[in-house]
Amino acid sequence: MEEKKYLEDISEIKNLMNRSSRFISLSGLSGILAGVYAILGAIIAYLFLLPEGDYVVLHSWNFKMLVITLVSVALLSIISAYLLTTRKAKKNNEKVWDDTTKRLLLNFLIPMVTGGIYILIKLNSQHYGLTASLMLIFYGLALVNASKYTIGNVKYLGYVQIILGLICAALPGYGLWFWILGFGVLHVIYGSLIYFKEEKA
Amino acid sequence: MGLIDNINKLFDHRIRLGIMSILMVNEDVDFNRLKELLNATDGNLASHTKTLEKAEYIKIEKSFIGKKPNTRYSATKSGKLAFKKHIEALEQIIKNQN
Repeated sequence: MEEKKYLEDISEIKNLMNRSSRFISLSGLSGILAGVYAILGAIIAYLFLLPEGDYVVLHSWNFKMLVITLVSVALLSIISAYLLTTRKAKKNNEKVWDDTTKRLLLNFLIPMVTGGIYILIKLNSQHYGLTASLMLIFYGLALVNASKYTIGNVKYLGYVQIILGLICAALPGYGLWFWILGFGVLHVIYGSLIYFKEEKA
Repeated sequence: MGLIDNINKLFDHRIRLGIMSILMVNEDVDFNRLKELLNATDGNLASHTKTLEKAEYIKIEKSFIGKKPNTRYSATKSGKLAFKKHIEALEQIIKNQN
């Protein structure tokens, strides 16, 4: 049957277009974990590290501990994401390190690193106020930018993070709460959505 | 005269169809990456890329990374246009079946 062959051609075209340009093995579970780490980190910060009156002085003990907590949350998230994604890629017969993942990472890192450096510069000149907002905005931009190279709905997570970041900028004093909402709650929700989709498939 | 006339014979082959599909969504791709994605042998892939190059559907750029030769492929404008037409023709045929 000729028609059957044409139908196969179409699905082969779609398959190759996706496989050659998108990394589909992002793990949902790692999203959930990243959210949990973020919430735990924020609880630690809230209970022990944020002094009364909302002022954290640069280079104080509290400030250093806050940075350590933040870095730990980031590192734990990256390590979990790496391990779980590698496992999933193996299952999908996808390579973890190829042109697609390199592009994915590069496109993610450009806004992330820009934002990171910008925040550090601001911190150094005693501008703490917008840190949470800036983190959310640049992270959101990184997600939107990287989404061309992975499963499409990552960009919606990015849009929501950007919007949260902007609202956060307009409401000074609630940084920590927006941060928990964006990096904690949203990650858990989004990760669960992917996770249950994976389970069904 | 029929829909079949819009089918591009050059794309009526698994490897050539695959090469074009990949080059439609990637700016440029090197030989090894194509080989890996298409599960093709060196000789097979080389002959099909040559066919597509002759039709001016793809461009081949050879260079060196260190001492290793590196060949990169990209789709030309006319190649992309021809492939789009081919996909439309395939879709038309399938639609008319239903």
